[in-house]
Amino acid sequence: MKRALPWILLFVFALVALSGLRPAKPIEGFNVAEFGRLPALLNGRVQPLDSVGRNALLSMSGKSAVRTEDKQTLSSSEWLLEAMTRPEAADTRKIFRVQHPDLEGMFGTQKIGLEHHSFNDLTNHLGTIEEQARNIRRAEFEKKSDPQTRTPFQKDLMHLYNSVVRYHQIKNTLGPEGSRDFAREVDVFQQTIEPAVTALRQMNVGEEYDQSDIKLLAAFHKRYTNVSMYAYAMIVPPQTSEPRDGWKNIGASLMETILTHEVHPAVTNITAIYSAYAQNEPEQFNQALANYKVWLQSNNLLSEMKKGRQEFLFNRVEFFYKSIIIYVAALLLAGVYWINRSEALRKSGYLLLILAFVIQTIGLAFRMYLEDRPPVTNLYSSAIFVGWGSVFLGIILERIFRDGIGTFAAANVGFITLIIAHHLSLSGDTMEMLRAVLDTNFWLATHVVVITIGYSAMFLAGLLAIVYIFRGFFTKALAAETGKSLSRMVYGIICFAALFSFVGTILGGIWADQSWGRFWGWDPKENGALLIVIWCAIILHARWGKLVNDRQLMALAVFGNVITSFSWFGVNMLGIGLHSYGFMDAAFFWLSLFISSQMLIIAVALLPAKMWKSFGNGGQTSQPSAPPDKPTEASAV
Amino acid sequence: MLRRLLNFFSSLWLTVVLLALALVLVFIGTLAQVKLGLYVAQEEYFRSFFVWWQPAGTNFKLPVFPAGWLLGTLLLVNLLVAHIKRFKLSWKKSGILLIHSGLIFLLVGQFLTEVYQVESVMRISEGGSKNFSEDSRKNELAIIDVTEAASNKVISIPESFLRQGEEIRHPELPFAIRVKTYFENSTPTGKMDDTPGKISSTHGIGKRLQFAPMKITATMDDDNKPTALVEIVGGNETTGEWIVSTWLNRYPWFESLNAQMGSLLEGELEKPQSFTYAGRNYEIALRAIRYYKPYTVTLLEATHDKYQGTEIPKNFSSQVRIDNPKKGEQREVLIYMNNPLRYEGETYFQFQMNAEPGMKSSAFQVVRNPAAITPYVSCTLVGVGMIVQFLMHLVAFGRRRNKATPTRVVSEPNPVDVGGAR
Repeated sequence: MKRALPWILLFVFALVALSGLRPAKPIEGFNVAEFGRLPALLNGRVQPLDSVGRNALLSMSGKSAVRTEDKQTLSSSEWLLEAMTRPEAADTRKIFRVQHPDLEGMFGTQKIGLEHHSFNDLTNHLGTIEEQARNIRRAEFEKKSDPQTRTPFQKDLMHLYNSVVRYHQIKNTLGPEGSRDFAREVDVFQQTIEPAVTALRQMNVGEEYDQSDIKLLAAFHKRYTNVSMYAYAMIVPPQTSEPRDGWKNIGASLMETILTHEVHPAVTNITAIYSAYAQNEPEQFNQALANYKVWLQSNNLLSEMKKGRQEFLFNRVEFFYKSIIIYVAALLLAGVYWINRSEALRKSGYLLLILAFVIQTIGLAFRMYLEDRPPVTNLYSSAIFVGWGSVFLGIILERIFRDGIGTFAAANVGFITLIIAHHLSLSGDTMEMLRAVLDTNFWLATHVVVITIGYSAMFLAGLLAIVYIFRGFFTKALAAETGKSLSRMVYGIICFAALFSFVGTILGGIWADQSWGRFWGWDPKENGALLIVIWCAIILHARWGKLVNDRQLMALAVFGNVITSFSWFGVNMLGIGLHSYGFMDAAFFWLSLFISSQMLIIAVALLPAKMWKSFGNGGQTSQPSAPPDKPTEASAV
Repeated sequence: MLRRLLNFFSSLWLTVVLLALALVLVFIGTLAQVKLGLYVAQEEYFRSFFVWWQPAGTNFKLPVFPAGWLLGTLLLVNLLVAHIKRFKLSWKKSGILLIHSGLIFLLVGQFLTEVYQVESVMRISEGGSKNFSEDSRKNELAIIDVTEAASNKVISIPESFLRQGEEIRHPELPFAIRVKTYFENSTPTGKMDDTPGKISSTHGIGKRLQFAPMKITATMDDDNKPTALVEIVGGNETTGEWIVSTWLNRYPWFESLNAQMGSLLEGELEKPQSFTYAGRNYEIALRAIRYYKPYTVTLLEATHDKYQGTEIPKNFSSQVRIDNPKKGEQREVLIYMNNPLRYEGETYFQFQMNAEPGMKSSAFQVVRNPAAITPYVSCTLVGVGMIVQFLMHLVAFGRRRNKATPTRVVSEPNPVDVGGAR
């Protein structure tokens, strides 16, 4: 049993991970997944409707699915379809996150951030929300206040306001909100155009004309102008004669119909889909979807359809979410191993770590393929990649040292960085298009990747140092040999970090030199990278010169966490320079908390050896340790 | 004594202390940017020997922290002395030698860049041509002799000479220029406005437009806009007073002023300010320092694409033509983001773009940096050095591990490892 345990666990978790590959079943006869795969254009890129719904839902509610009152779960595709076609049902879904107590107070409710509100809950307060938001905007426009220094209340209010606006936009994406039979409506609209235009001509030349057609057309005109202003995604693809990125929203397309008298064939299909779902007709819905797909195929939109299918699969499998679960399992196994020292547990943890790593790797590679980009393109993907790099190094350490430490540390970083990534994804589309200056795969693949690997190594070294400090200070379990091997691990990884940070920083300078003509400009992000390089240099020189003992080395490595987190996130919060991506105050709180915790650990590490449980009883003294391959001579040079 | 000094300058302690100071400097220098702006913080923290502190309400300054140049120099000395003192050519040290020579290259290269790099901007409207670029920060008082139609003679006086009460004489000029007022930063005001200290003049634009002093600015997206009231004096006679200001010619200040006041001033803003002295015609202007080229650049087309349905810039590009009559060269080049034009020792980077129809223009950052190659060399040296060094560590580590017994100890005895202090 003990031998088989690791493999059994591996099998079980692999099954969990692969569960997303099951084909999606129709929901109440509706082929919702097929709808979610349809391509649309949003944020300047073609994406499946599922991503449109998912990213909107994430930013509004913080979740990628919706729990209904009767404890059912709506997938992002299903929720989007409902919001676009059945507003009465959608208005009852609790998707609006409100966190600030004052905001709850304003509504006279007392849920305080634990529950979400539905649109119906908010209808009586829409005026207040809008007025408050307008006040904030006006003050900022008049430079009385600054968007970067909004109070938590103002931020939460603006978030709610933006969510309500977005919800309204989504409702008008497939057609005007609440159109019972949009297909028929568009038919009537098209039949009105000819007579109305004739009547207008008659009016102009002073002949007798029928006013009712003109009035009807004017009403349609107004209705579709509204849709064209509010529609969220562009869902009408270009025809073969139009440029490839010439997508339009449905309102704009219908406005064109007034001039051409022709309804865009895609619009005909989309209206059929709308009507069928609004009227709860599964067969017609599936048929309309099938017809639309045939039209897309015959209009040379195969690559857009492929993009839709693939990204839908990527969303559905949720690689990074699955990795989080497995990292936690590996973390627990490695933790228990230290207590009972069962090799089966250590191996189980190790195998699960590898499994999670493989899944994360596939997710990362899939993302790269979808985006056609190197792994790191924004803060979100940097978090995923930092974790990936640390886990890779941790696996190597575990393979060499086989003591559970590598697994524990790697699973920890993997888990935390993916959680960070999840929170970063709440701000919107994580595969957004890159602005012109960043649009270069060469430099993204070299500078950004190399520097991010440097971050990974710094964090892993810092975490190993924490393991050393905790085990040494609080337990008697840190034997001399383990201590030495940990010290060697930390040293080796810092060497690695120094190499990558330095080369990455210089490559960044060279990129700057190539694209705006100056190698170094003391920009905050550059300075952040430089801080890491200097810190590595300090640690390495201090060790080569034997200026620090093992415990002090560990304290230095933990401070590396502080420097790296400042460089990674802190400088973005300064809001200056070419690199800054905007202020994030929740992140500021967590960063402060993280830095405080690290400082506390450093303080512990610097307590005298006799207070350490592992070294206390006349055990190991604070003799400086020589690096493994360095004899006694100080080697500065 | 010399020996002790040598020991001090070659010690690893010094290295670590200097690096720690550098760490603190970079950190506070970064934070200071929030308040001071990128440029001023750079000057105060990195491009000087000391960070100075002026206690509130006093006139003296105290050096409170070593700044960039001092730390850089000391690190360089430390590195060089240590290498000279312990120099031994061996394989074991080859990695470290490479790393450190790369660092020396980098430090020296950056110093040369600071000293010799010239940055300027060339702004061309679509269809227009230029044969000079303008310094992004430094200005000059230009007196242009336009008597000869074929070519103008320009006497250029750096802005730093413009101090109140100063009288500027130049052997090429038959008259003196008396600086009556000088504002390092200024704003145009109307006649009705009663801002204190505002100036007007007897001649030129200053008859109709007044200027008032303004607080000096230090932020990234704002420049100082100097203005001076100057008097042209020949012998004991005055020819008159003129107001010169970068408001009258520098982008985008001139454009915004012209948009507001241009029609009110009946096009006078766009005319050069001129006068006649001893039968010769002159123009006078306070303008950006110009760097003339032996060739002209023509902007054929400026393109600014956005991603469909968004405001995210997808691409900026400028199609330009270079005419170099000296070399008989005429060719077209496309300059876009991350793809600069390198020509005659200078590099043209796509910098800004105005895509408004009718006002389309493109600006290029023009950089001349003779030390541009040093970071590339340095990166290679350090990278190779680190790889060599760490591979040697890794091989040594692997050897020792192979010797060690492969068994795992499950319960460990209390460690005894009594070693004396060093």
